[in-house]
Amino acid sequence: MSGEDSTDAPEFETESGYEFDGPGMPGPAPDERPHPEGRRNTHGVRIDPEVEAKPRQRTAVVSALVEHEPGVLSRVSGLFSRRQFNIESLTVGKTTVDGHARITLVVEETDAGIDQVKKQLGKLKPVIQVGELDDDAVRAELVLLKVRGDEPDKVHAITQMYEGQTLDAGPRTITVQITGDQQKIDDAVDAFRQFGIIEIARTGQTALARGDTPTTPGEEPGHSTEPKGSTYRDETDADDETN
Amino acid sequence: MSEQQPAPTEDDRADADQTADSTRTPVTTGASSAVRALENAGVETAFGVQGGAIMPIYDALYDSDIHHVTMAHEQGAAHAADAYSVVRGEPGVCLATSGPGATNLVTGIADADMDSDAVLALTGQVPSTMVGSDAFQETDTTGVTAPITKHNYFASDPDTVGDTVGEAFALAAEGRPGPTLVDLPKDTTMAETDREPGPAKAPETTTPPTEADEESVEAAARAIERAEKPLLLFGGGVVKANATEKARAFAIDNGIPVVTTMPAIGSMPEDHELCLSWAGMHGTGYANMAVTHCDLLVAVGCRFDDRLTGGVDTFAPEAEVVHVDVDEAEISKNVHADYPVVGDAKAVLDQLTEEIEQSPGVREWRQQCQTWKEEYPLAYKTPEDEPLKPQFVVEALDEATPDDTIVTTGVGQHQMWAAQFWTFTNPRTWVSSHGLGTMGYGLPAAIGAKLAAPDRDVVCVDGDGSFLMTIQELSVAVREDLDITVAVLNNEYIGMVRQWQDAFFEGRRMAAEYDWCPDFAKLAEAFGARGFSAENYDEAADAIENALAYDGPSVVDFRIHPAENVYPMVASGGANGKFALSEDQL
Repeated sequence: MSGEDSTDAPEFETESGYEFDGPGMPGPAPDERPHPEGRRNTHGVRIDPEVEAKPRQRTAVVSALVEHEPGVLSRVSGLFSRRQFNIESLTVGKTTVDGHARITLVVEETDAGIDQVKKQLGKLKPVIQVGELDDDAVRAELVLLKVRGDEPDKVHAITQMYEGQTLDAGPRTITVQITGDQQKIDDAVDAFRQFGIIEIARTGQTALARGDTPTTPGEEPGHSTEPKGSTYRDETDADDETN
Repeated sequence: MSEQQPAPTEDDRADADQTADSTRTPVTTGASSAVRALENAGVETAFGVQGGAIMPIYDALYDSDIHHVTMAHEQGAAHAADAYSVVRGEPGVCLATSGPGATNLVTGIADADMDSDAVLALTGQVPSTMVGSDAFQETDTTGVTAPITKHNYFASDPDTVGDTVGEAFALAAEGRPGPTLVDLPKDTTMAETDREPGPAKAPETTTPPTEADEESVEAAARAIERAEKPLLLFGGGVVKANATEKARAFAIDNGIPVVTTMPAIGSMPEDHELCLSWAGMHGTGYANMAVTHCDLLVAVGCRFDDRLTGGVDTFAPEAEVVHVDVDEAEISKNVHADYPVVGDAKAVLDQLTEEIEQSPGVREWRQQCQTWKEEYPLAYKTPEDEPLKPQFVVEALDEATPDDTIVTTGVGQHQMWAAQFWTFTNPRTWVSSHGLGTMGYGLPAAIGAKLAAPDRDVVCVDGDGSFLMTIQELSVAVREDLDITVAVLNNEYIGMVRQWQDAFFEGRRMAAEYDWCPDFAKLAEAFGARGFSAENYDEAADAIENALAYDGPSVVDFRIHPAENVYPMVASGGANGKFALSEDQL
């Protein structure tokens, strides 16, 4: 059966309305069957269709302790692009433990989405611990602003208002640095707009849990020389041991 | 690390030689250390293709007892390793060179990733001094494969390359299995080292829990006890965790009906009263009715793929969900779990068995499920005067082979007919490409399966389009003298596409007609295999008998009814309970 037969094939379909004579095949047709009333939303959660509300997005700060090895950042960012998570900012830097780094992520997602961000991050081999920070966490961001230097006095006044620093001042441009929480940074940027912002660089938020709470669950302060699982010791203790 | 230890003296080496297996040649290079790691892990068979950057590894394999199977294409190597792991329950190993070798593995690695199959891929790489220079046959292999592996490694240290290979091997099998890859730059594998790799060990950061925490088990057990219409959903994880026996016992002891996903076919004997076969797009009507009407869905080791759930809004819409999975990230990913239980399927089933005090009283519900079995049986009609029905071919093959026969498939209509009309009663006998849906999976998978279980019958049910995609692997089956039977359900169409074009694209069959297919029987003979053709029921019976009797690779070209389509069918994104039994119900 080659070319000729297969050109005939469409006929099989258009005229294939033969009666089924096998064992009782078709039961009730789709619409004749009973169907449950229930429904789930897009996250697979059972809902009352009458009062369904769209799941709301919220902003979460997620901290991941990772092994500081080549490619870790691309694995993390690759995860976000692949799974289409909505990332506001991502910062990364070394910790006091050699070979460890902390990645701080600000994500805007639904509760289910934030849950997935944490679980998917936790699956990556270089990720040691993942935690979400409470609202009272200590958060900070740094911004560099380059503005026109026409009114240096005014720029200086605003910089002082926001407890910033002038890093570079020339005849045409002034560059300042502001640090603080996101609201403060947003306000500062607004305030500097009057001078004409030429360039801006924001780091995104970085954060630590407040007080005794570890930033990622089970995380213990430590130094590279300490074996895994040891508790925090101060310098004097360390000295004693070496003696 | 090497600086911290003094170089071994001649005496040290002599000591090491005495303790080590005397038949083993000592580790001399990074490559031999990598191969030693495979030997330590118990690897018996590896699938691959030679090439420039992987040559040092092959040179080390020259001295090894590992059986290397040269495949015709790297994609075949990855699929063979994948199938080997499905059948054996241990990681399959594939090798490729840098650049095109590595990129040819990608489809197979992605396939293994989607189906959570443990595969270790070793790829050659240009020397590390040339990495990033667009050197000959250079590809950023770790970059390319990062999204489709559990983890991958760039092995830059000849002293640790063996341990890295061992770690990758262990990681592939640990917890939720999946593919791992080690990229091996040529300078690492060529460099001298005498470092014997330690035992294969997965990294600490990836260790999942085995037992679930008591509270979650308790909550799940209470939910099962009070359910009126409970349904067990076995996923591929049940098979991967070797939990089949426990899962069957759990279902039978508690009298709870079972549906499976496609990867879990065979986890529950399909001829058992409680088994409703597999649910989803082309699953049985009774499985989909049960899923739609249950009030508690106990899902074990499944990821709620959209081909299973249909539209998630109508998936088990009135059921609370117990979800047992070793991968916490699967919990509530696609379907919200009211009772999450994180742990290994086997351990959790033990915990649940212990915790449940009274089986739910579900006689009525069981009877309802039987009613659906009678209302919507898998059936087809066989007019003697028309071309062969594919379903008949599948049933005839099933009948002519032992119960523990391994079936591999490509992807398409033939795959669905094989899954529907073969009655699977044993785990690890259904080897197919599920999540990625890779056409061309069947033949290399049959090669991997046969090498994994040489004493078992292996039948590859393929389609004409799918078979053509990796047909060159027939040369491997012939060279390795593998007794496998390829049953090509040939309708001269890329049939599943045609089915959709007819249903959803007004019959505009763009690029779906394959009337240019070669004569598969002749082609099989050209490769050195046996070839048979069958156009009617008598010829089919003869061809099946002869092909199965032939001790070596054989291909039967079944010219099937070109208009046959796969039903039942849930429209993509539709409600499982609204499966269509024919085209006019779509």
